[in-house]
Amino acid sequence: MGKPTGFMEYNRELAAHREPLERVNDWQEFYSRLPEEKLKIQAARCMDCGTPFCHSGMIINGMASGCPNHNVPSEWNDLVYRGLWKEAFNRLVKTNNFPEFTGRVCPALCEGACTGGLVGSPVTVKSLECAIIDKAFEEGWVEPQPPAKRTGKKVAVVGSGPAGLACAAQLNKAGHWVTVFERADRIGGLLMYGIPNMKLDKRIVQRRVDLMAAEGVTFVTNTEVGRDYPADQLLKEFDAVVLCGGATKPRDLPVEGRSLKGIHLAVEFLGANTKSLLDSNHGDGNFISAAGKDVIVIGGGDTGTDCVGTALRHKCRSVVQLEIMPQLPLQRGPNNPWPQYPRIHKIDYGQQEAAALYGEDPRQYCIMTKRFVGDDRGYVKEVHTVNVEWIKSDQGRFMPREVSGTEKVWPAQLVLLAMGFIGPEDTLLDRLGVERDACTNAKAEYGKFATSVKGVFTAGDMRRGQSLVVWAINEGRGAARECDRYLMGFTNL
Amino acid sequence: MSLSGLPPKQGLYDPRFEHDACGIGFVANIKGKRSNEILHQALTVLVNLDHRGGQGAETNTGDGAGILMQIPHIFFEKECAKLNIQLPPAGKYGVGMLFLPNDADQRESCRRILEQAIQEEGQTLLGWREVPVDDSMIGEAAKLAQPAMFQVFIAASPGIKDSLDFERKLYVIRKRARKEAQRSLLKEGETFYFASLSSRTIVYKGMLTPEQLDRFYLDLKDPDIEIALALVHSRFSTNTFPSWERAHPYRYLIHNGEINTLRGNVNWMHARQAMCQSELFGDDIKKILPVIDLEGSDSLMFDNCLEFLFLAGRSLPHAAMMMIPEPWSHHESMSDDKKAFYEYHSCLMEPWDGPAAIAFTDGRIIGAVLDRNGLRPSRYYVTKDDMIILASEVGVLDIEPENVAYKERLKPGRMLLVDTEEGRIVTDEELKQRIASEHPYRQWIDEYMVNLEDLPEASDVPQPSCENSTQRQQAFGYTHEDLVKILEPMAKNGVDPVGAMGNDASLAVLSEKPQLLYNYFKQLFAQVTNPPIDAIREEIITATETTIGSEKNLIQPEPDSCRRIRIKTPILSNEELAKLRCINKEGFKAVTLPILYNVSHGSQGLEKALNDLFQVADIAIAGGANLLILSDRGTNQENAAIPALLAVSGLHHHLIREGTRTRVSLLLESGEPREVHHFAVLLGYGASAINPYMAIETLTNMIQQGYICELNPKDAIKNYIKAATKGVVKVMSKMGISTIQSYCGAQIFEAVGIHQSVIDKYFTWTPSRIGGIDLAAIAREVELRHRRAYAGHDNTLDSGSAYQWRHDGEDHMYNPQSIYYLQQACRNGDYGIFKEYSTLLDKEAQKSCTIRGLFTFKPNRQPVPIDEVESVESICRRFKTGAMSYGSISKEAHECLAIAMNRIGGKSNTGEGGEDPARFVPDPNGDSRRSAIKQVASGRFGVTSNYLVNADEIQIKMAQGAKPGEGGQLPGGKVYPWVAEVRGTTAGVGLISPPPHHDIYSIEDLAELIHDLKNANPRARINVKLVSEVGVGTIAAGVAKGRADVVLISGYDGGTGASPRTSMRHAGLPWELGLAETHQTLVLNKLRDRIIVETDGKLMTGRDVVIATLLGAEEYGFATAPLVAMGCVMMRVCNLDTCPVGIATQNPELRKNFTGKPEHVVNLMRFIAQEMREMMAQLGFRTINEMVGRTDVLEVSDAVNHWKRKGLDLSTLLYQPDVPETVGRYCRVAQDHRLEQSLDMQQLLKICQPALEQGEPVQARLPIRNINRVVGTILGSEVTRRYGAAGLPESTIQLTFEGTAGQSFGAFVPKGITLTLEGDANDYIGKGLSGGKIIVYPPAQSTFVPEENIIIGNVAFYGATSGEAYIRGVAGERFCVRNSGVRAVVEGVGDHGCEYMTGGRVVVLGSTGRNFAAGMSGGIAYVLDEDGTFPNRCNMEMVLLEKLEDAEEIKEVKGLIEQHLNHTQSEVARRILDRWETLLPKFVRVIPKDYKRMMEALARAYEMGLSGEEAVLAAFEENKKDKSRVSGN
Repeated sequence: MGKPTGFMEYNRELAAHREPLERVNDWQEFYSRLPEEKLKIQAARCMDCGTPFCHSGMIINGMASGCPNHNVPSEWNDLVYRGLWKEAFNRLVKTNNFPEFTGRVCPALCEGACTGGLVGSPVTVKSLECAIIDKAFEEGWVEPQPPAKRTGKKVAVVGSGPAGLACAAQLNKAGHWVTVFERADRIGGLLMYGIPNMKLDKRIVQRRVDLMAAEGVTFVTNTEVGRDYPADQLLKEFDAVVLCGGATKPRDLPVEGRSLKGIHLAVEFLGANTKSLLDSNHGDGNFISAAGKDVIVIGGGDTGTDCVGTALRHKCRSVVQLEIMPQLPLQRGPNNPWPQYPRIHKIDYGQQEAAALYGEDPRQYCIMTKRFVGDDRGYVKEVHTVNVEWIKSDQGRFMPREVSGTEKVWPAQLVLLAMGFIGPEDTLLDRLGVERDACTNAKAEYGKFATSVKGVFTAGDMRRGQSLVVWAINEGRGAARECDRYLMGFTNL
Repeated sequence: MSLSGLPPKQGLYDPRFEHDACGIGFVANIKGKRSNEILHQALTVLVNLDHRGGQGAETNTGDGAGILMQIPHIFFEKECAKLNIQLPPAGKYGVGMLFLPNDADQRESCRRILEQAIQEEGQTLLGWREVPVDDSMIGEAAKLAQPAMFQVFIAASPGIKDSLDFERKLYVIRKRARKEAQRSLLKEGETFYFASLSSRTIVYKGMLTPEQLDRFYLDLKDPDIEIALALVHSRFSTNTFPSWERAHPYRYLIHNGEINTLRGNVNWMHARQAMCQSELFGDDIKKILPVIDLEGSDSLMFDNCLEFLFLAGRSLPHAAMMMIPEPWSHHESMSDDKKAFYEYHSCLMEPWDGPAAIAFTDGRIIGAVLDRNGLRPSRYYVTKDDMIILASEVGVLDIEPENVAYKERLKPGRMLLVDTEEGRIVTDEELKQRIASEHPYRQWIDEYMVNLEDLPEASDVPQPSCENSTQRQQAFGYTHEDLVKILEPMAKNGVDPVGAMGNDASLAVLSEKPQLLYNYFKQLFAQVTNPPIDAIREEIITATETTIGSEKNLIQPEPDSCRRIRIKTPILSNEELAKLRCINKEGFKAVTLPILYNVSHGSQGLEKALNDLFQVADIAIAGGANLLILSDRGTNQENAAIPALLAVSGLHHHLIREGTRTRVSLLLESGEPREVHHFAVLLGYGASAINPYMAIETLTNMIQQGYICELNPKDAIKNYIKAATKGVVKVMSKMGISTIQSYCGAQIFEAVGIHQSVIDKYFTWTPSRIGGIDLAAIAREVELRHRRAYAGHDNTLDSGSAYQWRHDGEDHMYNPQSIYYLQQACRNGDYGIFKEYSTLLDKEAQKSCTIRGLFTFKPNRQPVPIDEVESVESICRRFKTGAMSYGSISKEAHECLAIAMNRIGGKSNTGEGGEDPARFVPDPNGDSRRSAIKQVASGRFGVTSNYLVNADEIQIKMAQGAKPGEGGQLPGGKVYPWVAEVRGTTAGVGLISPPPHHDIYSIEDLAELIHDLKNANPRARINVKLVSEVGVGTIAAGVAKGRADVVLISGYDGGTGASPRTSMRHAGLPWELGLAETHQTLVLNKLRDRIIVETDGKLMTGRDVVIATLLGAEEYGFATAPLVAMGCVMMRVCNLDTCPVGIATQNPELRKNFTGKPEHVVNLMRFIAQEMREMMAQLGFRTINEMVGRTDVLEVSDAVNHWKRKGLDLSTLLYQPDVPETVGRYCRVAQDHRLEQSLDMQQLLKICQPALEQGEPVQARLPIRNINRVVGTILGSEVTRRYGAAGLPESTIQLTFEGTAGQSFGAFVPKGITLTLEGDANDYIGKGLSGGKIIVYPPAQSTFVPEENIIIGNVAFYGATSGEAYIRGVAGERFCVRNSGVRAVVEGVGDHGCEYMTGGRVVVLGSTGRNFAAGMSGGIAYVLDEDGTFPNRCNMEMVLLEKLEDAEEIKEVKGLIEQHLNHTQSEVARRILDRWETLLPKFVRVIPKDYKRMMEALARAYEMGLSGEEAVLAAFEENKKDKSRVSGN
């Protein structure tokens, strides 16, 4: 362990993000990193628990506590504290193929379950993770490592999001020939077009893709299996298939006025923005601009925040984020004890920036959208809402009830719907004849990952529904392991 | 044939784990003058040792008593004449004392066999005599087993040269006849036994109590019996089974103690005897093999070997010196001749190691010898009329004080010899010098023995490489944890690393992960029947050096018998092994034998490789090789290493079977072993030395990578080897073994989860009681590791999860899920969540972690309504929390547990650390913070009369699950002021709990402590805590016979605040095995109904407790679970004082984080009870009592269908002994403690009534005898009960005794009582003295010089907390051990004086023994060192030797000496005071370094104006940062 008394002697410290008023003027990442000496001190706060909850990923009340991918922060924290960055890197990538992604976008369930947080504040696991992998790239420690020998087996991975990439990386490591199919023009799925550049620089995604290509993974873009590439051909040409197509069906808001112009799904808004940025630095104009507009974002999650951040960078006139749920408490509630993930009020980068620009947090709580009202050109101009209160129904479930007299009208020229996703798209699964579960996800048991079709596996959001990048990585690795076992009769993955 | 009358092996009971202990004595006339009086005296001695013997369920059946004496020729002449047998002159005939079958035909056949042997050996049968006996007074059990007693008379043939020649012939006759009878005649349970057959001595013995001996054997009443010497023995065995043969004496000796290395000694003797040749025996040698009678006890086997060495030509003392050598290698003052003698003989034979007082005779000489550590008491008187009386105690024979010439004790390692022919006592010095100078041993050693370091360096030394290092590490199963948690600390600190909270991971055989073979072997340890030793503080008796090479003929030694290579430690560096590999020296030839096999050939390949190894070894030996190096270098994709342990042990046993084992030494060059346990097992199974090349390579690489930066590879490897060596010494010292030489091959392990087929072939004689993996599974484990290593895509080591939980690692019962659910359930009082928790455990975790997980309940039971089942409240009364000291856990946590347990009527346990008397008073709200159980552990911290009186139950901790056989240490930095106060010690000064209780070296000692504590609080139950291991059942039976009220069988997996990682995982066994064995053995012995059986060790759910009940427990302990309920998250950092949740810490800041509440613990206990009730209802039990031991409702689950588990056989756990229904199966009879027989109850209480009732002064004078034990203690308890900790005003009660006091005189006596003894005292005087005053001086009539004579026994004032003592005369070993407050003056002390002392003042006005002040961390001793030799005998590790200069202090010391003079009229005191100014400079002030620093800091704090607690805290804080602390940081 680093330093047994570290948690008593040192306080938690994170690098301040770049100045909000400055960073909203560009599309660069908003993070900065503590100097190495300070990082060591942060690592010294790790207690190297005998029973590390940070690494458990156990499910409590349907939610993961600790890392779902079972990363072992205590091991690399110790090594960082000793200044053994390379060894830390080796142990970090042992469980996690892409720490450069999770180190940026993960909500850090590990920190929620950190024992430090039980009695004080948790270790800054996420930023340490990010620092280790960034340093590894800087030092040139991350090199292509093609497998020493090939098994001759061929595997197709459909979808190039975090699950697909993790799966492909693992299968390639085991010596199989892997082909990754992606319908977009760039590899990365949600990592590429879902998350905006200031949160995850696309060069970082591309760097990983290039590395995998150098290790022998074949990437096929602009090819949607089931549409551009026949599904049955896939089964013929490959010894096994892993479906990692994500849960890309967005949740819509079917209220009056939904068809008005200027109302978009968040993914359309964010994806187009990133593509235009990468293609032409927004020179081609192929994106939905929020410039000069009053923007309403509906949905209080991470995607909503990304919409806020993007709209601000477009120089919108104002931005409001509507959330149907009440604001979370500032401290853990009694029904949310450690090591559960803390459901507490947080201020993410988008809100921080909005507050810096406009003086207040853009989020409004307990608000339900009743209808959109457009102008005569068919463009949206207003959002009509009503406040709700949450009451327990007879079945014991909390239900929203409108509060009369709280109706409100919000001016809006751009409305972005960031209300999550309801499941995978149908084409691929239907063409392959894969059975679905009650939530329309591809049916496969966690841990086995085998679908109803022999030799076809599935992982990530396509199997479990919308979730976190870290779950996707975990599932991608797991599916690779089972796929390897299927192909070889045993597995060392 | 049975093991001499014991029941056959059944269930978990195995007769070979029976133990005994005893009282011994001898009486002799030094001039050899025979008389009938000597017989009488010997028998009197025996009767006065009665309390050291044992009785079973029947009081008139003894464990055994007997006498070994000279042949009473006149008597036999008379008796034989009646039978028309004409006896030749004395010495010309032999007498056999035989136990024969009762069946007349069988008996006749036995006689014919013997007669034929006599004839064939050319001797003459004179006739038979039936021995007249009266069995009317003996117990039923003894009578049932009583054999027929006959004597046979054999005349020497004229061809016999001399007396010894005749003895040899009789030996051959005996061996032949017995072998023949066993081969052709005897059936199970029948006896054909020679108690003796000699022309010099005869043995009368049997399953008798001491006073029955001469009533049973009518011969002994005959006034014509005239002898000059006799040995007597009173036995205490751990069973109640009738065995006439197991009574002592044996043919040459009586033995009090235990041979710990027996298995190894027997194996080595077996191997060695094949090479024995002797002119004296000639061809007869074949007739006497095997030398060792495997069916005997350790004492008999010892006797066998001694007899063999004696008859082969050595004198008895010489043979004894070979078998029980003194610790010579570290001896600062031993003569060189003697050292050479011992060193030479160490090449012939390893020590028979263990605590032992042995008295021996060949009929002419009589002698006694004590083991190297002096662990058995032996005191003797020499009288002016040429008598010598030696016994375990003084006072066994009344001797007029004026007739005593001198009083002595046998000192550790020393020998006493009386030569009745020369008519004098030969001193140890003279005797040994004489024997040692018979041959030029030094010259022989110089000529033939060579030191490893003197061998030329090898030209070719394999260098550590970093290429493919990880791959090889993976193949040998290395993990990241091994690197940073094991190797790194070993290399950095040179010690085996410490961990906390015990072991909750899978047993090796249940684990899904491939396990190294070592993990299937559990270390055995000493408890009760012999003491573990403190290899650190008592290093003078340990030895790590061994020699390697060929052994020669044991019985005809030659100068070159010592042609061996001397190695200092059995762990070799690469350089050292290379030297041996290329040795080019006459008499040595090294051969390297690869131990690799093609992994793809599976188990057949493995088996073949082993057979091939045995074959090439045979060939190599035939070719003259004597250093066989087994090597697994060269593993690759194809070839894996044979598990090194399998190769070593397999070859070891193969060579034993071949009779070639002693011709070679086995050396191992392996990448596999890396931690202490690995080395210990390898040595224990025959390796002489080990080169752990992969560990060395790993360390080298770790330095290169920067894991270790403060060391270079050379030092790191040096430290690592040091840590490994010290670790092995610690492992063996747990078993009471002190030399690596005798540990080698001693097999002190139990296998858990290995199939008998593997055991029989490769680990012969190792107990393995539940079956397990076969060779195929072993091969599969190798294959899994190998495949993982060579898959090639993951170049990082796996995390490893033996010490920490990992998601994909070993299962741990405490994991994030179980902890979360348990805490939520207890905090919210939510039984539903508790059920989720218990389901999680019962269904999943336990199946892969524990034996109980493999049981299921039979479905065919008839349920009962749950409301008819015993209530939650009633069940909770059987619940206890574990012994966790205040010190190891915080005040908040400790009191929380106490309140909770008191609320539910259960019991909490103080642990070893005392208890604040304020807690004895209930809180205003009715809660009580008083712990019902007061623990008494080896450190005796805070054990005062007041503490004991405030107990409902007193627990004697014999061992602790997490570290059985080890002591403990609380580093100074954790001895916070409030902890020190409760423990009666000094803040900031480290505290050591010794490995053994220094008043328990054997079972009869434990019986004494039980008795002492019962006296200290007659209202409390006495509980003895044992740890599960093979043979614990027999120990528990002994504990029941020792009259304990409760016996606790703890699992090995119990929690701990700090324990070496090696011990947590590898020592001891799961409670299931120990508990089942205990219950079965107690039932078999008909003792079960007089003792409560308790169990603990990771009991976590109702199901656990139900299974514990079904296996035999009726009370239950919980420790980890309540800690978790209070907030513990299993950080496992208790040892670091950084517990974040404020439980296992004293840090005031962290303690603020404590959120536990008594309700949480109450909820836990009630939930468990409720869950039990549900199961009881289902199983149809209404009460716990009716459920105890009902294994018939259990069956083994299908979980056993698994590649690794399929060889398991748990049926022995479910065995129920076949005894009548009337035999009780749960406790229903109270023990008879016989307190009413005590002097206190008979007289003292009455005499002292005025003092007790009104506080009036009382004075009295009474006679006292050795059978008056623990005098004054009940009286003391009454004082404390009435007057509390303050006691009475000084000397309110003044009692003077005349005579010899029995053991534990004045134990725990509180303030207000002064006990004066005019005479002498036995062991343990003033034990736990709590403020009283004890004065001892010789009777006025005696003429010996007091300061030269021993007046009190061993271990005086052990754990005393306050009071005064004035002893005119010399004390035995370990005077004032663990004293924390007594002020004592004495005129000389034995070895280990003031050991572990933490407080008080001791003035020694004479010489001390060796190792003075070892482990002493507090208090001050003043030693008058007139000849300036004291520093040589002082252990300087923790103390400073200074002059006595401070005026205040001089005054204090002078005052004590004046008091001494006052109280005892000491001449020494008078002389010193008369010459005070001259002698003052001769006083040496012995002060512990840490104590001194703390005292100085305190003085500074006072100067700064601080006072009281503030000052102590300031001094503590100042000291805490001091890195120079010697007692640990």
